[in-house]
Amino acid sequence: MQRHLISAADLTRDDAVLILDTAEEMARVADRPIKKLPTLRGRTIVNLFFEDSTRTRISFEAAEKRLSADVINFSAKGSSVSKGESLKDTAQTLEAMGVDAVVIRHGASGAPYRLANSGWIDAAVVNAGDGTHQHPTQALLDAFTMRRRLTGRDAGLGQDLAGRRITIVGDVLHSRVARSNVDLLHTLGAEVTLVAPPTLVPVGVENWPCEVSYDLDSTLSKSDAVMMLRVQRERMNAAFFPTEREYSRRYGLDGDRMARLPEHAIVMHPGPMVRGMEITAEVADSGRCTAIEQVANGVSIRMAVLYLLLGGNEPAVTRPTGSEEK
Amino acid sequence: MDTHANTQATDARPVLEGPDIARVLTRIAHEIVERAKGADDVVLLGIPTRGVFLAQRLAAKLEQITDRRIPVGSLDITMYRDDLRMHPPRALARTEIPGDGIDGRLVVLVDDVLFSGRTIRAALDALNDIGRPRAVQLAVLVDRGHRELPIRADYVGKNLPTSLRETVKVQLAEEDGRDTVLLGAKPADQ
Amino acid sequence: MSKILIRGAKVLGGEPQDVLIDGETIAEVGTGLSADGAEVVEAEGRVLLPGLVDLHTHLREPGREDSETVLTGTRAAATGGFTAVFAMANTFPVADTAGVVEQVWRLGREHGYCDVRPIGAVTVGLEGKKLAELGAMHESAAGVTVFSDDGKCVDDAVIMRRALEYVKAFGGVVAQHAQEPRLTEGAQMNEGVVSAELGLGGWPAVAEESVIARDVLLAEHVGSRVHICHLSTAGSVEIVRWAKSRGIDVTAEVTPHHLLLTDELVRTYNPVYKVNPPLRTERDVMALREALADGTIDIVATDHAPHPHEDKDCEWAAAAMGMVGLETALSVVQETMVETGLLDWAGVADRMSAAPARIGQAAGHGRPVSAGEPANLTLLDTAYRGPVDPAGFASRSRNTPYAGRELPGRVTHTWLRGKATLVDGKLT
Repeated sequence: MQRHLISAADLTRDDAVLILDTAEEMARVADRPIKKLPTLRGRTIVNLFFEDSTRTRISFEAAEKRLSADVINFSAKGSSVSKGESLKDTAQTLEAMGVDAVVIRHGASGAPYRLANSGWIDAAVVNAGDGTHQHPTQALLDAFTMRRRLTGRDAGLGQDLAGRRITIVGDVLHSRVARSNVDLLHTLGAEVTLVAPPTLVPVGVENWPCEVSYDLDSTLSKSDAVMMLRVQRERMNAAFFPTEREYSRRYGLDGDRMARLPEHAIVMHPGPMVRGMEITAEVADSGRCTAIEQVANGVSIRMAVLYLLLGGNEPAVTRPTGSEEK
Repeated sequence: MDTHANTQATDARPVLEGPDIARVLTRIAHEIVERAKGADDVVLLGIPTRGVFLAQRLAAKLEQITDRRIPVGSLDITMYRDDLRMHPPRALARTEIPGDGIDGRLVVLVDDVLFSGRTIRAALDALNDIGRPRAVQLAVLVDRGHRELPIRADYVGKNLPTSLRETVKVQLAEEDGRDTVLLGAKPADQ
Repeated sequence: MSKILIRGAKVLGGEPQDVLIDGETIAEVGTGLSADGAEVVEAEGRVLLPGLVDLHTHLREPGREDSETVLTGTRAAATGGFTAVFAMANTFPVADTAGVVEQVWRLGREHGYCDVRPIGAVTVGLEGKKLAELGAMHESAAGVTVFSDDGKCVDDAVIMRRALEYVKAFGGVVAQHAQEPRLTEGAQMNEGVVSAELGLGGWPAVAEESVIARDVLLAEHVGSRVHICHLSTAGSVEIVRWAKSRGIDVTAEVTPHHLLLTDELVRTYNPVYKVNPPLRTERDVMALREALADGTIDIVATDHAPHPHEDKDCEWAAAAMGMVGLETALSVVQETMVETGLLDWAGVADRMSAAPARIGQAAGHGRPVSAGEPANLTLLDTAYRGPVDPAGFASRSRNTPYAGRELPGRVTHTWLRGKATLVDGKLT
């Protein structure tokens, strides 16, 4: 692995499988009476959130605390950032406090990349979502959820997602989740199909390692997992689609559509769900919907990423040789 | 413990062969039964990788002796190591605690080689987060000396005086295709 | 004034000749000229061009003196071999009145490094709603002939039509920053493969091309002339080529950076590559070079856009758009046009001096290097090759995309009406 986690595209297949396998072990910690590991004792991690995202922040915070790291939460709201302090100044201020890693969520695509590559700070940088660019830990937790459900917890160890057919539906254009998932799922050998109205697919998508379809119904029967992306109602005002009703009729997942999925297929959602828009309550609350599991898996994945980035004197090598010098 | 893998010590010589290993494990099993007064509350926890196979073999022998099922599991100590920051992070191994847990039981930790004692220190910390055993004991196939912590084994397959320039390599059929303990010299460049 | 003999220079890249400057004028061009009483500049192996003219410079004064002033900007111009620059109107206050344009013009005269020809805003406050007093600016001491809302597009078709018509009364020209505003809301980079991957808002080529298409048709309809600023796409080239073939009076410029750099550089998220219009694709770059060579694009203009360090030392979306260009323009043109065989030095003299002077009506500039002409000249060491070092810039700003990049050519001397502004690479 590299020193930072900026983009799912930076991960090799072996990196990704190592993270998933590590997360599988981390998940077992949640079943123990003491849900804590001493691994990152004495390491300080700052959660630098320029964008509101309570879910992602809490997930990282839980992961950090379970690994015994010291956690500083920094939210741009009500801070000096809203008074015009720059990303650079903020990051340098935090580093002066002795931070080992920065988990950053930022509205501007590329902000974590800049933070990691501009020489402003030395700390490791973990991208917790940047603009419409990337959200690599989300893609990892999604892949983790798929591997668990489709292959099995133990049977999945060491395995990728070769041959799995994943359909991602919704606002691809504005979605960092979609970008990260396309990159990672491709690396893991899955076949990805994006389904969206043409207005919500970016120009240039033809170079992505995936298929694009405008027709949800034709993809359902050959999907092992269907991932529904949130569609913000405001998009309607910018003429991306005519009405909420028309969107959900063409691209929403309801009970009828779910029934056309193969028996084993799962329905995923990164949350927060807009019920009645991209997904009906019937589907959201069904046993096939993994939205809640994804949240739990998020903590395990973030523990794995933080351990592999910060647990040693340098980031994990892709193929550790096991118990060498004990 | 020394390197198990990848170190092809050029002049490594076997100090224990397959039959020797079987014999010392039988002996340790008998010792456990004797000291644990029938071993009715024993839980064996192997330390990955090879400690787990040894624990499974010991459990089989204990079951033969006592005619009772012996709970056996694994305890990965990676996250509790004190040298984490000296190496890149390692892949994690499985911690598998038998269903009835370890509270109030006699836990026998099983490992292949006892060296500095730091692995066992980490194992004791890891146990602490999992439950509260009645007592903890330690069984090792080889004790090669050079302790850096006040730790000793309760059951030792073979005491093997070594110099720090030597390597001890345990190979087990489950992982390496054969049973043997090799004593060799460290490559000159180390 | 004293005499200067430039000895053995390749005039417009041709055979070595001597050029004698007497006072403000070129006295004689020939071989074996007498050095009697003249200061001699040995120019063997170097190329002598007419002083360069930049139709598109942002000097930032008044208002943003932290990034550039008329003084620092004209010093940068002299360093780059320019003897005249056209200063864009997007200052604070906007150059939409006779008062502001006269101030800029006067500052240029006082400093004396380079003639400054202010460009007047087309509309009040660059807001695109109400025509500025174009006539008053033309009649002012600054004698404005070029009008532009550069930085913003005159997107209202009626306002654009009126402006094109109105300037005919005094032979002015409207220079359009072609950018359809609705198609470029939130735009951060060229829309295409790279923007899709990086998740940056796309600036589609069609937003430029549709405005150019509209404006050449408007120019044809009202019988006026229009100039297109910083043309950046292959499609724009096609439209201008078509318009010219129809006899429409259109001229177009390309920036040095659009001749060299592509949107692949944005992958670094380094805002030094953030510019408007954005860096495009390799295909566009090649089409622009071709068009500059065949005359479809008339001129190179720098779009020199200085920004203070903090406006670029940040995340991409927060960064200002623009690059400095005066001090590297000739090197980039040598690299992309001369060394590729697309243009000879006479061609460079046309695209960077004669044609921009003609479009902007900069009297005394862009003239032939011959006896009796004003001594606006620049001498270039074309054999030089070295890395760009922003620390050595005369500009107040350092936002160059070429830092550390090796480029050919170095301006050694610049003369403005016989007065040396640059000698051996050093400002006077």
